[in-house]
Amino acid sequence: MNNDIQIKKSSTVYDAIVVGSGAGGGMAGYVLANAGLKVLMLEAGPFFDPAKDSAQLKWPYESARRGAGTTRYFGDFDAAYGGWEIEGEPYTTKDKTEFHWFRSRMLGGRTNHWGRISLRMGPDDFKGHHIDGLTDDWPITYDEVKPYYDKVDRMIGVYGTVEGLPNEPDGIFLPPPKPRLNELFIKKGAAKAGVKVIAGRGSVLTEALPGNKDRGACFFCGQCGRSCKIYGDFSSSSCLVIPAIKTGNLKVIPNAMVREVLTDDNGLATGVSYISKEDMQEYQVKAGIVILGASAGESARLLLNSKSARHPGGLANSSGVVGRYLHDSTGSSAGGWLPELMDRKRYNEDGVGSVHIYGPWVYDNKKLNFPRGYHIEFGGGLHMPGYGFSGGIQNMNGAVPGKDGKMKEAGGFGADLKNDYRRFYGTGFGMAGRGTAIARYDNYCEIDPNVVDKFGIPVLRFNYKWSDYEIQQAKHMQDTFQEIMHNMGGAIYGPPAGKESNYGLEAPGMIIHEVGTVRMGDDPKKSALNKWCQAHDCKNLFVVDAGPFVQQGDKNATWTILALSMRTAEYILSQRKKTNV
Amino acid sequence: MNRRDTLKAIGFGTLSTGMLLEACKPNSNKLAEENTDKAAPAADEAGRQPFEVERDKKLNADKFFNDHEMATITVLGDIIIPKDARSGSASDAKVPAFIEFIVKDMPEHQTPMRGGLRWLDLQCLNRYGKTFVDASSTQQIEMVTAIAYPKKAKPEMAQGVSFFNRMRDLTASGFFTTKMGIEDLGYVGNAPGKWDGVPADVLKQYNIQDPWGNKW
Repeated sequence: MNNDIQIKKSSTVYDAIVVGSGAGGGMAGYVLANAGLKVLMLEAGPFFDPAKDSAQLKWPYESARRGAGTTRYFGDFDAAYGGWEIEGEPYTTKDKTEFHWFRSRMLGGRTNHWGRISLRMGPDDFKGHHIDGLTDDWPITYDEVKPYYDKVDRMIGVYGTVEGLPNEPDGIFLPPPKPRLNELFIKKGAAKAGVKVIAGRGSVLTEALPGNKDRGACFFCGQCGRSCKIYGDFSSSSCLVIPAIKTGNLKVIPNAMVREVLTDDNGLATGVSYISKEDMQEYQVKAGIVILGASAGESARLLLNSKSARHPGGLANSSGVVGRYLHDSTGSSAGGWLPELMDRKRYNEDGVGSVHIYGPWVYDNKKLNFPRGYHIEFGGGLHMPGYGFSGGIQNMNGAVPGKDGKMKEAGGFGADLKNDYRRFYGTGFGMAGRGTAIARYDNYCEIDPNVVDKFGIPVLRFNYKWSDYEIQQAKHMQDTFQEIMHNMGGAIYGPPAGKESNYGLEAPGMIIHEVGTVRMGDDPKKSALNKWCQAHDCKNLFVVDAGPFVQQGDKNATWTILALSMRTAEYILSQRKKTNV
Repeated sequence: MNRRDTLKAIGFGTLSTGMLLEACKPNSNKLAEENTDKAAPAADEAGRQPFEVERDKKLNADKFFNDHEMATITVLGDIIIPKDARSGSASDAKVPAFIEFIVKDMPEHQTPMRGGLRWLDLQCLNRYGKTFVDASSTQQIEMVTAIAYPKKAKPEMAQGVSFFNRMRDLTASGFFTTKMGIEDLGYVGNAPGKWDGVPADVLKQYNIQDPWGNKW
C-alpha cells in the first residue's frame, strides 16, 4: 500500500460520465458517443474483448479441470470474471435472510456470459395493477417502450417467431435455430400436457445482421456463455462499448471502482470519485451529466454512499426508496432423460448458446393461487462433454434393459459400463421456470453500517424474503414440469421438488435478474427517478441499469435494460438541445 | 458429511499403526509413475485472470496422492474404463493425472478419496493379506464387484460403494473429456458449421413428421 495517498483531480470536464459498461452503461455510452458527446466510462474490472479473450472453441482437455466451475461458477470456459463472492468485496445479509449477488467485474459486465434470452416485457408487465391489485404500475406503457425495443432488435439482432401472444410482444426477428432432437420430444410432451411451447428468442445472429459489417453471423458452436470471438451474439463489450470507442468520443478507464457521485452546493452532480485498482490511487473526474449503469445493486450502493448536505439520505433518495423493492426472478427446475434416445446417431447438435425452444406464460391467474406468471426455458442435446460427464450413471443404467433386452444391475465397471456411457450420451433434457416476483418495499438492500470493502467503500446489506406467492408459483412450475415429462413418452425423471425445499424455489439472487432498487415513478415521494430514468432530486443524474424497474415481468431483464437505456440516452440528447441538462 | 464423520465412516479410528504403515508403502507401478505427470498447462492463457493462472500453477506444483495411492487409482481407473476395440483405457487417457489435479482443485474430494483408497486397502488386507494393487487381478475384480453395484452391495460395503461411485464419476469425467474419450463418444461439435435442425434420417428414425408445421 502506498503511504502517499492523495486525491488526483482531473481538470477535463466530460459531457457525460457513465459508471459501468454492461447492457445499460454500454447502450448509454454508445448512443451518446455516436451523437458526438465526449463520454468517460468507468468500469470496475479489466478491459475485455471477446475477440481476444473468449475461450470459444476450446476443448475440455484444454482446461486442467475440464471446464469445471471451481473458479468460475458457470465453468472454466465461461466468460464471467467474478461471481457470487469476490475477494475483498463482501456483502452481507440481515436477519438471517438470504440473498446472493453475482457480480462480473469486466468490460461488458454480465452480458459477456448471459444466456442471451432476449424478451420484451408485455403491456401487462408494465401495467398489471388492474389485474390483481398488486404491486405498482410503471409510469410508462409498453407502447411507449415499443419503439426502443424495435430499435434494439434492429441494432443488436434477436431471433424468434411472430406469435401474436397478448403479453409476449413480438419483435423484429431473425430466424430462430431449429430445435434439437431432445427438444422435439419436450415439445411433444408439452403439447400433450397443454403447455404452449414456441421458438426461443435470443440475441444471436442466426443470419448476418443487416447493415452491420463489424459482427459475424453465428457459426453454431453453442458457446455463447464463453462470449463470441466474431461478435455473433450480444455482449455489451463487443456490440456497444468497443464500437463506441471507435467513434473517438468514448474513453474507457478499466479497473476503476467508483466510490461516490460528487455533487455541488446546488445538489447537482459534478462527477465521481473512484479508486484505481491499478495504482490504488484516488481520482476525481468531472462531467456535466452522470449516468449510473453499475447494476441494480451497485447503483443503489453508490447513491446511498453519496451523501451530502443537500442529499443527507444519499443521492436521489429524498423518497427513501433507494435500495427498496429489490426483486429477482423466481426459478425452479427439473430434468431427466429419455431411454428412447439411447444409442442415438451422432451429429453436430451444438446449435446456439441460447434457448431453442421456450414456453411463454399464457395462462389465466383467476384459476390459480398466485399472481402473475413464469416462462419455461428448455434444453437438451448432444453437448460437448465436460467435468461431471454422465455423473451418477448408477442411477441410470439399472433403469432400462441392455442391448440384449435384459435388465442389468445398476452401477458396474468395465467394458459394459464403458459402453453404457456411450449409450446414454445425449439422452438428457432439462427445463427451468423463470417467474415474476412481486416487488415489495420490505425486500431491500441498504448500506451495512459496520462493513466496508477493501477499498474502504461501505458495502450492501441485503434483506430479502420470498412470499407465499413466489412459493406457490414454484409449486406450479414443478407440477407443470411433471406433466410435461410424464407426456414425453417414457422419460425417466425424479419426483417434483417438494414443500421442504419451497418446491425447488431458488434463493433470492440466484437467477441473477435482480432489479428495482432505484425505481422510477411520477411521484417524487415514492420513487427515485422520473419516467426518463432521471433523478427527481438531481436533474443531471440518470440510472440506466435494472435499478429503475418498477416491476419486472417474467421476462429476463436485459432487453428492457437496453431499450430503457437507449430511451434515456435519446432523452438526454433531446434535453441538451433544449439546454435543460 | 463432514470430515470427522467421513473418517469415522471409513473406519479410520480402529486401524492399527502397523497396518497403516504397511498400506502406505510405496508401490512400484510403472503406469502410476507415467501418469503422475503434471496436467498439461493450457497453451493459451488469453482471457484467464492472473489469479487463475497462479492458482493452477500452484496446484500443479503441489502433490496430493502418494505413489501408492496413484498406483491404486490407476488400477481402479483401468478396471472402470478398460481398453476395448474402440478406444484405450483410463490410464491411456491419463485419467489418474486428472484425478490428482481435480482433488487439489476441489478439496471436497480429498478426504473421501484418500479415505476410500485406504478403506479399499484395508478390505483387501483383511480378505487377501495384500493391498488392492498387490492383490491378484481376480481378487481385485472380486473386491470391485463387491462395491460397484449399489443396490446389491452388502450393507457393510456401503462406504466402499460411496467411494466407488465417486471414483467411477471422476474416471468418466477424466476419460470422456480427453481427445480419446471425445472421439470414442462421437461428439462431433465444437467446430464452425450451420445448424439446420435434426437431420432428416434421424427425424424419420423417431417418426417425427414436421412437428412444427411450416413455421420452422
